[in-house]
Amino acid sequence: MPVQELKGQKNWQRRTSRESLSHWVLWLIGVAIFAYCWQQISDATTWFFVWDAPRIADDIWNRATPPRWSYFSQLGKPIWDTLNIATLGTIISLIIAVPVAFLAARNTTPSQYIIRPIALLIIVSTRSINSLIWALLLIAIIGPGVFAGVIAIAIRSVGFCAKLLYEAIEEIDTSQVEAITATGASRWQVMAYGIVPQILPALAGIAVFRWDINIRESTVLGLVGAGGIGLQLSSSLNVLAWPQVSLILLVILLAVVISEWVSAKVRGAII
Amino acid sequence: MSEFTVPIGEPWKKPPFIKRSWLRWTLLIGFIAYLIAAVLTIDVNWSRVYEGLERGKQFVLAFTNPDFTSRSGDIWDGMVESIIITVASSVVGIAISIPIALGAARNVAPLPVYLVCRAIIAVSRALQEIIVAILLVAIFGFGPLAGFLTLSFATIGFLSKLLAEDIESMDKVQAEAVKASGAKWSQWINYGVQPQVMPRLIGLSIYRVDINFRESAILGLVGAGGIGATLNTAFDRYEYDTAAAILLIIIVIVMLLEYLSGIIRARVQ
Repeated sequence: MPVQELKGQKNWQRRTSRESLSHWVLWLIGVAIFAYCWQQISDATTWFFVWDAPRIADDIWNRATPPRWSYFSQLGKPIWDTLNIATLGTIISLIIAVPVAFLAARNTTPSQYIIRPIALLIIVSTRSINSLIWALLLIAIIGPGVFAGVIAIAIRSVGFCAKLLYEAIEEIDTSQVEAITATGASRWQVMAYGIVPQILPALAGIAVFRWDINIRESTVLGLVGAGGIGLQLSSSLNVLAWPQVSLILLVILLAVVISEWVSAKVRGAII
Repeated sequence: MSEFTVPIGEPWKKPPFIKRSWLRWTLLIGFIAYLIAAVLTIDVNWSRVYEGLERGKQFVLAFTNPDFTSRSGDIWDGMVESIIITVASSVVGIAISIPIALGAARNVAPLPVYLVCRAIIAVSRALQEIIVAILLVAIFGFGPLAGFLTLSFATIGFLSKLLAEDIESMDKVQAEAVKASGAKWSQWINYGVQPQVMPRLIGLSIYRVDINFRESAILGLVGAGGIGATLNTAFDRYEYDTAAAILLIIIVIVMLLEYLSGIIRARVQ
């Protein structure tokens, strides 16, 4: 324990002087990096606009309230599309994610050195790219519309679902698998009766959790042209129809809250 | 052999996932009906998709031959701006979310403070990054400042919520021992609470840096700075080799961050 003697009195200190010195150096470097970053952001900013911001915010608020409630009648189809993008995207992603997860889990992969790294690469690369970027890409390839949104959400979700699922597979109870193997079951029978029942609750939980996230993400996919309520949002923004924008934002907020509630309820019932 | 075909009792069947049969069947039928309705309302222009397959092939091929050089200036500028936004917003977001997390922990804060802090967290979590970015770009103008503010705001909701949960589940004995020695409130937080939640705070912070970097890659789509603008331009001009290069850089940085965070988290825990 670091104790310092000061005028004949012993003083307890939390760190030795060497430790506190290295702490100071680290903090100094951190602060310097932050100061440099802030300098860069500040250089790229037109400060006149920032000082003017309260007036602009007030102006936008005045334009946006009250929301144009009558516009709601035109939002039915976009909301339905958004729901479909999220749900179908989740289903397609699960169909892809389940085999990928089995190939990526240490205890079920057929080959540790060839197939497992490939499966992990699929997981990392789909996970690290945002669904909006996937949507941009797919719109360039297969044209704008709901279909591009579904595929974008599906690809983005594969990595997420497969990662959580393969971690669940790696944590299964091996004694059940051994018991099934001891009855003389084939590889596929072991899979169906020994492994699948153990991960089914995890799979259902992951599906609902991801569906909730996908509802959030699919509400903004329309900004790049991939269908759903975001399409209405972007066209309202383009014509500066602020009362419509505020109504759409309210609808999106409501959708997010409802989907989070549904997902919490379902997960509570499963686990 | 026929005497063996009728076993004693009932043959074993797999137990169903949902036990109540009426619920199982309603869910199943409802789900299938929804699926049919959903698939029917999506109009897919298959001829357009077929045309696009050629372009898709080009894009996949572009990954084998990414072009880092011809737009290296734009890529470099965008990447640096993304990283700067990530670092600055993570620092500010974490600094703000620590006091809010203390306020949102019921065992540290009094009820009025608790309610206010929980409300801040709820608002920050409900609004998505990209929508906040659109509003902030409208208010503060184009540029990295809007992106920085967006990600700082999003960090607060994420970090404060998880940190507050950790503070609420901390070991009371240590905190009480510090209090019993006559410590002031600030000393109590610093010596009783902070050492217990520090590993979790570091782990969450690094995870958030990772998320902030991924998000900063799309903020450019709405004009809030970063690599997203360059990426969008590359897609619009059908320069798939440049787009592939940018995506590869993003993937590599995210992988590095994940690897780094794994090492750091293993060390602090």
